[in-house]
Amino acid sequence: MSHHLENLTLKIWRQSAPADGGHFESYRIDSISDEASFLEMLDVLNEKLIDEGLEAITFDHDCREGICGTCSLMIDGQAHGPQRGTATCQLHMRTFKSGDEIVVEPWRATAFPIVKDLMVDRSPLDRIVEAGGYITATTGGAPDANIIPIPKPVADAAMDAAECIGCGACVAACPNGAANLFTAAKVSHLNLLPQGQAERWSRVEAMVETMDEHFGSCTNHGECEAACPKSISLDFIALMHKDYRRAKVKNRKLISQI
Amino acid sequence: MTDSMLQSKIPAGPIADKWDNYKADMKLVNPNNKRKFKVLVVGSGLAGSSAAATLAELGYDVEVFTFHDSPRRAHSIAAQGGINAAKNYRGDGDSIHRLFYDTIKGGDFRAREGNVHRLAQVSVNIIDQMVAQGVPFAREYGGLLDTRSFGGSQLQRTFYARGQTGQQLLLGAYQQLARQIGIGGVKLWNRVELVDVVNIDGRCAGIVTRDLVNGEIRSHSGHAVVLATGGYGNAFFLSTNAMMCNVTAAWRAHRKGAYFANPCYTQIHPTCIPQADDTQSKLTLMSESLRNDGRVWVPLNVGDNRPAAEIPEAERDYYLERLYPSFGNLAPRDISSRAAKRAVDSGRGVGPLKNGVYLDFSAAIARLGKDVVKERYGNLFDMYERITGENPYDIPMRIYPASHYTMGGLWVDYELMTTIPGLYAAGEANFSDHGANRLGASALMQGLADGYFVLPYTIGNYLAPMLNKPVPGVDHEAFKTAENDGRARFQGFLDIRGKRSPDWFHRELGKIIWDRCGMERTAEGLQQALTDIPALYDEFKTDLRVTGNGASLNQTLEKAGRVDDFFQLGMLMCRDALERNESAGGHFRAEYQDDEGEAARDDENFAHVAAWEFTGDPMQSNRHKEELEFETIHLAKRSYK
Repeated sequence: MSHHLENLTLKIWRQSAPADGGHFESYRIDSISDEASFLEMLDVLNEKLIDEGLEAITFDHDCREGICGTCSLMIDGQAHGPQRGTATCQLHMRTFKSGDEIVVEPWRATAFPIVKDLMVDRSPLDRIVEAGGYITATTGGAPDANIIPIPKPVADAAMDAAECIGCGACVAACPNGAANLFTAAKVSHLNLLPQGQAERWSRVEAMVETMDEHFGSCTNHGECEAACPKSISLDFIALMHKDYRRAKVKNRKLISQI
Repeated sequence: MTDSMLQSKIPAGPIADKWDNYKADMKLVNPNNKRKFKVLVVGSGLAGSSAAATLAELGYDVEVFTFHDSPRRAHSIAAQGGINAAKNYRGDGDSIHRLFYDTIKGGDFRAREGNVHRLAQVSVNIIDQMVAQGVPFAREYGGLLDTRSFGGSQLQRTFYARGQTGQQLLLGAYQQLARQIGIGGVKLWNRVELVDVVNIDGRCAGIVTRDLVNGEIRSHSGHAVVLATGGYGNAFFLSTNAMMCNVTAAWRAHRKGAYFANPCYTQIHPTCIPQADDTQSKLTLMSESLRNDGRVWVPLNVGDNRPAAEIPEAERDYYLERLYPSFGNLAPRDISSRAAKRAVDSGRGVGPLKNGVYLDFSAAIARLGKDVVKERYGNLFDMYERITGENPYDIPMRIYPASHYTMGGLWVDYELMTTIPGLYAAGEANFSDHGANRLGASALMQGLADGYFVLPYTIGNYLAPMLNKPVPGVDHEAFKTAENDGRARFQGFLDIRGKRSPDWFHRELGKIIWDRCGMERTAEGLQQALTDIPALYDEFKTDLRVTGNGASLNQTLEKAGRVDDFFQLGMLMCRDALERNESAGGHFRAEYQDDEGEAARDDENFAHVAAWEFTGDPMQSNRHKEELEFETIHLAKRSYK
């Protein structure tokens, strides 16, 4: 059966517009079911605010199944909160206890300006994908899907990287505001696969250089992997760096793309 | 008789040749002329992203609109289990014809043959295309693609990427779209919502949008508009849809002349995590693929409160295996959902609220070992544990049906054009391929079929005659009127200053629709709903409270507009369900069932599509008919026994 948590205090960041300074406000939750998700707890709070004639707290969310990557939130200073490998929308109140004070902030990163309250603009992540995070395969001319066998371990490794949900927790958790784990996940997904070889070197160059235009530099803290709701491995960053270095020294015209 | 507005435009010839015949006859646009045509694509899920990317590759001037911060967030991403294709890589007897037949039968013989056959034909191209783009589908040790079974089929034709097939396919389509955005082929409008569709001189001339960040209302003109805006499952409030899924774009188009087809065909998915308490904001699906290895049961006896492990085999009722021996736990969704409802209604439900049935993996773990089960379903088991706090390796999962998908949608012809010339609907937003019930792993197939392999051809056929003819710009009076109407509508929500939030109304509305127009419907219940919904809607119009303002980001205001549209749709759903005096697929009218409690169709009177015309009030909409013609398949009783 469900139990209830009592007397929670929430310190939540409120900011009416990007240019506004922003501040913390305290809210009280008298009682909430431990079956509620963290975002459902915020729903309850927002209903209460509307009842009182106040503006609801703005936060990004959508699928609430941990897959769309829309939700965010620094909860007590941790991206997506205290439960490892879990996005905020899958965090449940049973993780907390009665009487807790919980601090809720937006992602904090220069590349992610605050839109309002807890919502930020993560579009620089899209710019990285647009720079090269794809395989050029225009619709219509694809060969039979089974024409290139892909060893299962390779397909599995590509899938491990491809699980990234693009939430930006890695950037928010990084002391430098770097997007290396996000970028490396996409580079690795595509560069590991046979279909991705034709653009392997140009892809890694374009994506890394676009990443550097928007984000800070990686200094191997590893906070990103710890914060990642999909537990994407730091190994992919090593793979990306290696491919980037090789791309820079490779004479791609005369030797071969691969 | 088919209404004159509803010409399906199915090409002539034998079923297997129709699509080829269409392509051979269609009008073409010269590559250098394509850039003269602007196509507006609303929605960035599988259908929207794939259509936009492909149209841009062909050379059209494309703009994409999404209310998300990024096109990659669309709800296609949450599809778990897989995508069907008639590849026959297993050599188990699959073929285009068999996928076509299974889909028509799965839809309880209420879909259009021509569209469904084309879907089965292009299914094989989808897998080729997605693999070429780098979608990391599951593979065998030899490196070839792996497949598995899904409900309603006795073949293994479902391709998958762990439990995240929708994510990987959407990211594939998104990457292709991102490439076009990067090279300037597509202009992206994010955090923007459709407010209205604008028709001028009998054709769709563009759309009006609202910028969610600053409230700006803006017009966009184009030569053609595609709505790829998903389904309306959130009408039930609690559903497996994402929180922002809504009917607004389709409904606004409906109000402007697009007929809405079969709104009562909604899919209740059998395997979702049961509601835990009143704070619940949505329900979470557990992939149908779990039924490959999980066995569904409830205690044989009412009032058996022992933990699952203490109930001996002889005192368990594996009711799907008992009732449907040839399909067993893989019976189609509508049938499995109703069976679960009956088990719970009989007092044999499990869990703290007695509102679920077991999905038990102990036999699979004993047969295959925990590692194999983990390899197949690990991420789903983890998700279940995060939500419920229970470990499904040790304790059987608890599941219960929930609103998941809507087969109804905007009426479209073979070219996916609505009753408004130049306005297209793709993916879940249209009604076209699934009849009264969709088979598992067919939504992803249809979204990508529409976007990659249908619209890029059919839109050209519409645009070709428009070459070098001027189209109205956004300074046209019709756009200005629509903009002003949009501004007035949102200001109107702010001005009511009542007492109840949009979410409160949504929850109450959802309860009515779920109780009266959910898994089981009766004439009496539907009539009651048609009294209750308008009454609640009147209250909505006088007692809504939206705090904040319209000139900055305001999620309460966004929600108000969506709930307004759900109210109107809810009335139409109930009217459609009331008028359809038969049971078919997901539409189960208690009055129409056979001796064994299965859906009883009435082919003589209802082998047609009901397409509704808006007349100013959903309670007064006109019902039109498109007769379904079965040239290839014989109508038969749908049996999975």
